[in-house]
Amino acid sequence: MVTLNVNGKAQQVDAAPDTPLLWALRDVLGLTGTKFGCGMALCGACTVHLDGQPTRACITPISAAAQRKVTTIEAIGADRVGKAVQTAWIEVGVPQCGYCQAGQIMSATALLKQNPKPTDADIDAAMGGNICRCGTYSRIRAAIQRVAGQKGATQ
Amino acid sequence: MSARRDSTTSAPSHVRSDSILLANVSRRGFLAGVSAFGGLVLAVGFPAALRAADPPKYGRDGMDDGWVDDPLVFVAIGEDGTVTIVCHRSEMGQGVRTGMPMIVADELEADWKRVRVAQAPGDQKRFGNQDTDGSRSTRHFFEPMRRCGAAARTMLEAAAAARWGVPVGDVEAQNHEVVHRASGRRLGYGALAKDAAKLPVPSRDTVKLKDPSRFRYIGKGNLKLLDAPDIVSGKAQYGIDTRLPGMLYAVVARPPVYGGKVAKYDAAEALKVPGVVKVVEIESSPPPAEFNPLGGVAVIARNTWAAIKGRQALKLEWNDGPNREYDSAAFKGTLEQSARKPGKVVRNEGDFDGAMAGAARRLEAEYYIPHLAHVTMEPPAATVRIANGKCEAWGCIQSPQAARDRIAKRLGMQPADVKVNVTLLGGGFGRKSKPDFMIEAAVLSKAMGGAPVKVTWTREDDLHNSYYHTVSVEHLEAGVDAQGKPVAWLHRTVAPTIISTFNPEAKNEAPFELGMTAINIPFVIPNLRIENPDATAHTRIGWFRSVSNIPHAFAVQSFVAELAAAAGRDPKDFLLELIGPARRIDPRTLGDTWNHGEDPDRYPLDTGRMRRVVETAAREAGWGKALPKGRGQGVAVAYTFVTYVAAVVEVAVNDKGELAIPRVDVAVDCGAQVNPERVRAQLQGACVMGVSLATKEEISYKAGRVEQDNYNAYEITRIDAAPREIRVHLLPGDFNAPLGGVGEPGVPPIAPALCNAIFAATGKRIRRLPIRDQLKA
Repeated sequence: MVTLNVNGKAQQVDAAPDTPLLWALRDVLGLTGTKFGCGMALCGACTVHLDGQPTRACITPISAAAQRKVTTIEAIGADRVGKAVQTAWIEVGVPQCGYCQAGQIMSATALLKQNPKPTDADIDAAMGGNICRCGTYSRIRAAIQRVAGQKGATQ
Repeated sequence: MSARRDSTTSAPSHVRSDSILLANVSRRGFLAGVSAFGGLVLAVGFPAALRAADPPKYGRDGMDDGWVDDPLVFVAIGEDGTVTIVCHRSEMGQGVRTGMPMIVADELEADWKRVRVAQAPGDQKRFGNQDTDGSRSTRHFFEPMRRCGAAARTMLEAAAAARWGVPVGDVEAQNHEVVHRASGRRLGYGALAKDAAKLPVPSRDTVKLKDPSRFRYIGKGNLKLLDAPDIVSGKAQYGIDTRLPGMLYAVVARPPVYGGKVAKYDAAEALKVPGVVKVVEIESSPPPAEFNPLGGVAVIARNTWAAIKGRQALKLEWNDGPNREYDSAAFKGTLEQSARKPGKVVRNEGDFDGAMAGAARRLEAEYYIPHLAHVTMEPPAATVRIANGKCEAWGCIQSPQAARDRIAKRLGMQPADVKVNVTLLGGGFGRKSKPDFMIEAAVLSKAMGGAPVKVTWTREDDLHNSYYHTVSVEHLEAGVDAQGKPVAWLHRTVAPTIISTFNPEAKNEAPFELGMTAINIPFVIPNLRIENPDATAHTRIGWFRSVSNIPHAFAVQSFVAELAAAAGRDPKDFLLELIGPARRIDPRTLGDTWNHGEDPDRYPLDTGRMRRVVETAAREAGWGKALPKGRGQGVAVAYTFVTYVAAVVEVAVNDKGELAIPRVDVAVDCGAQVNPERVRAQLQGACVMGVSLATKEEISYKAGRVEQDNYNAYEITRIDAAPREIRVHLLPGDFNAPLGGVGEPGVPPIAPALCNAIFAATGKRIRRLPIRDQLKA
């Protein structure tokens, strides 16, 4: 039994300590917004925040997440930047199938919280770990730039 | 349409039996001979099933179970005014759950803010064809969905007129209300729903469609993606997200070689893994694969991770079967040998050999395009439970009807006792047209006494056991005159056919594969021969977004640019000359009997439209502009899924051979666009996919096994290497003219336009995909 702090709530997780956070969130806690894509931290679909840092949940054992604050896509809208990113994603029409977008939004939110005015190179570096098979990249970039250009959205 | 309070259930509870539809047939029947496509008053006959004796059938009429336009099937209005519209096609990113209901809502004069969308389960008899593939949803269902909305609107108007005791001609539906013009009286749709539901569905000959000038949503691009709010907040439900009480989680160890099966296995260690409940063998089906599960050994557990760990602990021995030596490097040589010898002639005009003998110059090129995998971000996943003689399934499936039929067959049940619920699809691209993964879940649920079981494919499973895009060698020869103008053209296309997945003896490309830019090229070349030598499949071959157009268009459009270079001509001008003057070509005269299933009279190959997309892309891209060293532009065009797309790609290649794509201009003529915002999105995405497969993607085999395990070996274009700017130019269309496809046509021109741009920038000609490090040599 491992205790996790997920989206501000302490949760008991009955799973082996080596269980990746991804499967604990999805299968045990029912938080299916965090997606499985590769299981090897190659695609970013499972990105969550651990103490605010973008983290691949598919390779993070729950034992390593136990003492930290886990934030998932289900709660990122409570964050001002997260909300602005979600709104920009809708306004720009980023999603196609949408499957990777939870991870994209978590990565983009982390980027904008740390770097409110990212350059193209900053965006490439921060978002390069998130694959989108539908190819929504140009709109992801536009949506990030839209948030960065909004007064007060990120500060 | 009926009064209904509950608009939240996934299936429309109001739907009545087929008898309603059939009851209307006699009324519709006398119009069977009328063909009035394009008018405001439509009368286009009755359901395809009843017209089996009327050959030939094209388009939506030619699809299994055809189409349905009955508002009783697709529209429900609650007494609170909520309009629920059924979407019967699968959403995989193309925006169909927005676009299809939008068509109904527009004709219905519904306020989109008060529209809910319900996803249809697999039931083609009720909803019409549900195979969401072939870029067909909008082009096949635009007219039926318009009629559906218009009929519902007519019923609401009739109900209001009756309520007020006024002639129906004096009332008019406007934005979720019916208005009496003279008095200004108004009644909302909710207030009219009950009465309207009691009225007969008007016959098609009386249903008046809107004039397109009065559309409020169609063609406007003013609606946001329906599912976007759920997607960005993690609420959207995909196949992998299904959760049921008492659900078990399974992963399957499948034969690594196509046609292989389990020799023996030992589950003792797997069963010791905490959380593992049971290990079950799934019987293998010998080739042809069709839609059958591959078989193997399933580990069923309390959560996905325990199942994965349990599978790792299995001791497995395989009998690899006849494809155990499949080696893609060696097979490339086999295909090349075939491509260098005459093969089955599939189109022959003039005298190719004679013209070659007399040509001033002869050119030859061979192109190689490897197997590809769809790698949908959501791997295949499905959940099934069986109780009280009924089976219920949930999955990310493009073909819910096929899933239903195949599950029923495998379980020995009647299709009527099987319900297949369609979740959102985290990408489809043709992979999820095959319901093998849903049948696995059904088999495992049965093995667990009917308990709900979710099968999840890992990324490794997806790469190792997919239905792959074929592998091909395209051999081209041309003879040119003294001015470099082609007088003779030979194209030998050699590739294992998709038909091999259903008939292992099949060794030639099917008409639907040849009709993807191999034989149906409209070039003005007097002596032309197209051949298709045999090729044997050694793996599961399947549909992949834009299918055989990928190798064919790559080869043909690259070779045109090679001929232009040899002639010292501008590639765009040379391409336009080969296309020739604007004319409408009957595809049958090109040997194309397929024509994407569409009526050749309604959908001729229009070289004027083909020219126009080339000219538009070139103009918008600033074709011929001065570029610094290492930069270049390339152009390509393809007519696929009855849509014309041209691309101009601009590349920058530095001294280290590193490739960047600053800009792509894509011009599209797909006819009128129902949702232009999503059309742009599809073309942008297709461009990225085209770049990805051209630059990085390859499935290779050793000893019958796929060599790529995950995204580290099967690389996909990421944001840093994607085109920085993709500008989509939509040519205007007419809503009274036939529509073209959108989901797939954006892919084929990208790889050749990219490689043509690389040639312009560097002088290096790429003939083998993927490009990878070929520019670094």
